[in-house]
Amino acid sequence: MANPTKNNTGFLASLKDSPSTDEFIKGLWRENPVFVQVLGMCPTLAVSNTAMNALAMGLATTFVLLMSNLLVSSLRNFIPKQVRIASYILIIATFVTMTDYMIQAISVDLHKSLGAFISLIVVNCLILGRAEAFASKNTLGRSFLDGLGMGIGFTFALFCLGAVRELLGNGTLFGWAFFPDTFQEWIVMILPAGGFFTLAIWLLIFNAAKERRATS
Amino acid sequence: MLNKTLNISTSPHIVKGIGTDDIMQNVVWALLPTAIFAVYSFGLSALMVLIATTAACVLTEHYLCKFSGKESTISDWSAVITGLLLGLTLPPNFPVWMAFIGGVIAIALGKFIFGGLGYNVFNPALVGRAVLQAAFPVAITTWYPAFLDNRFSSFSVSTFTAPFMEPTVDAITGATPLSAFKFDHVVTPAYDLALGLITGSTGETCAVLILLGGIYLIARNMMNWRIPVAILVTVYVLSGILHWVDGQAYPPPLFMLFSGGLMLGALFMATDMVASPITPLGVVIYGFIIGLLVVVIRIWGGLPEGVMYAILLANAISPHIDNLIRPRVYGTTKSVKGS
Amino acid sequence: MTEANQIQKTAAGNSLKMLQAMVGIGIFCALMIVLTFQGTLPIIKKKKAEALEKAIFKVLPGIEKTEAYQLGQDDNFTPLAGEGKEGQVAYAGYDQNGKLVGVAVEASGQGYADIIRVLYGYDPEKQAVVGFYVLESKETPGLGDKIEKDPNFQANFEALDVSLADGQSTLKNTVITVKNGAKQNPWEIDGITGATISSRAIGNIMGVSTAYWVPLIYKNQAAFIENNEQ
Repeated sequence: MANPTKNNTGFLASLKDSPSTDEFIKGLWRENPVFVQVLGMCPTLAVSNTAMNALAMGLATTFVLLMSNLLVSSLRNFIPKQVRIASYILIIATFVTMTDYMIQAISVDLHKSLGAFISLIVVNCLILGRAEAFASKNTLGRSFLDGLGMGIGFTFALFCLGAVRELLGNGTLFGWAFFPDTFQEWIVMILPAGGFFTLAIWLLIFNAAKERRATS
Repeated sequence: MLNKTLNISTSPHIVKGIGTDDIMQNVVWALLPTAIFAVYSFGLSALMVLIATTAACVLTEHYLCKFSGKESTISDWSAVITGLLLGLTLPPNFPVWMAFIGGVIAIALGKFIFGGLGYNVFNPALVGRAVLQAAFPVAITTWYPAFLDNRFSSFSVSTFTAPFMEPTVDAITGATPLSAFKFDHVVTPAYDLALGLITGSTGETCAVLILLGGIYLIARNMMNWRIPVAILVTVYVLSGILHWVDGQAYPPPLFMLFSGGLMLGALFMATDMVASPITPLGVVIYGFIIGLLVVVIRIWGGLPEGVMYAILLANAISPHIDNLIRPRVYGTTKSVKGS
Repeated sequence: MTEANQIQKTAAGNSLKMLQAMVGIGIFCALMIVLTFQGTLPIIKKKKAEALEKAIFKVLPGIEKTEAYQLGQDDNFTPLAGEGKEGQVAYAGYDQNGKLVGVAVEASGQGYADIIRVLYGYDPEKQAVVGFYVLESKETPGLGDKIEKDPNFQANFEALDVSLADGQSTLKNTVITVKNGAKQNPWEIDGITGATISSRAIGNIMGVSTAYWVPLIYKNQAAFIENNEQ
């Protein structure tokens, strides 16, 4: 009863059939955490105002996701079912705190612009979701691939948003001017409302592409 | 609408041939005096803004219909109204490329995404304006004085700004009566406001002409008169009370009534048939909420004008208003379960 | 056996295991955090000090060296060793000859979005603010953040008059933000069109902070000079 691997045998059996590389690929596109699962909306909308912020946030989340997946997976037979959520949160919070210090050490400016959202990685449902739904039931190798794929998919999605928002809202990409000086910035794009608009349009494109693929 | 099968019904057998297209067409006629006055007072620049928004709305509607494999719905005139209304809420010296983008957004995000005419949650023209206000806050609050001598021979400097480029600020700018009150505490006489001898958005200056258009539609039973009446009475009474309490700090009620976009908003935007409630009482509550929000935003808010946000917010709650006052089904005690 | 009893028994059997798991993970996590903290602390401190120093060099043009001073309870400045109390530290800047150029002070206050933190340099000889730098602000991008970038706004702080009144304990004129283009006196800050609230906030922050710091620094000028010569 305390061993979660013995439950959900149906789910596990279906997973065993799929090749290992699929654990990695699925996060990039088919089960993309932002565009398909619509998880982790808080950082997605809040810190995708520039491409740099989006990339940094994506990489920080990837790191936390990877490490927590590894730890949760290796401890999956040790953690009793009743306290699993508390344990996962503890593990995730640890890696988030570590990331917080590391980003400060890398660049004070970057830490300033990401602000409170680094600490908020703790409550990113993507990470807890992967720990609970995948890492706690799968081997170390698979969990690693899953975390890596999901993390890169998340980073990719954030970058898509950040690039559009920075380009229209500031006329630059990674701080490089893309338009002449007289470019009229779309201020709404840098504001939170712009995040919602951009996300909606990307979701629209993603769903249209998915539908087109399904019909053909 | 048309049903080709034979209908058998009791008398009376007179069928009033009033369809969506008829109403829409009449709204366009009702808006024309205001639009003509806008061109008369602000000149060619205002004409360009109106053309740009109308063209953008019609083209967007046409191509979105085609793209999604439906028949084009531009013949029902609703896109023209959206375009005209949007153009009338913009400053006359607004860059044409921004006005065009506003039109595209109004139709695409305000109407088409929800399923087209009859399904829009918000008034599409106001959605377009709200996005423009958030995206280009400086351009949309740069005003141009009315009745310039060369208004029919030359354009404002900012009208033909290259697409995606920042408009050059006109050497000659004016202040709207509302911003003059908000920032400098100057009250414009109600007489000037009513006749439109002021600076403002292209179509919000002449309150009398807007009223005429509204009365025409109400007389033809094509507009719910309760909405504008509820809004205007609320604004008049609330601002009257405030003015009576402290005449120095709060503007006179007639100034509130005739300034800014209140007339245009109350008569032509809040009355959007799809985005307003349907029950008579619901409509009055809806009008009261808009009036209340207008007064609150204008007097205590950071912005000088609040009609746009007031109507958008009321649009959002209008289905809930209808739900709230839904009459109890006869014989039941509380609200019907499972409905 | 009732169902409740059974659950109780299972729970009791598992509680030791649960305790083990939680304590084990807790200890491991604490260890990781402490290690990272210790590892990154010197780097973070160095980076923060560098950033502050860069800002001080910006607000006091022409300095070569800077030293921190702590404001004591008796309103005296003493050289600061280690970390100072927040809001009680002034940074003196000297040119290559060791002459006092000015004193940089931090100020903060409510902006439009959040607290704005600024650093400004005061030149006791000119009796004016000679430099201004925004340390931290979350003002609206494109509008309010012009307080950081707008060259016309920054120009206000090249020589902002903060002369003392006759009693030398108050300012002759309070620093204030006026409408764009309405600046007439050297103690006024020319506001930014479209960023009225943010530029007024800077005016308030500067007004309050200069009224407190300028008389103190002016009175204790000697403290900064003497200490440097030692």
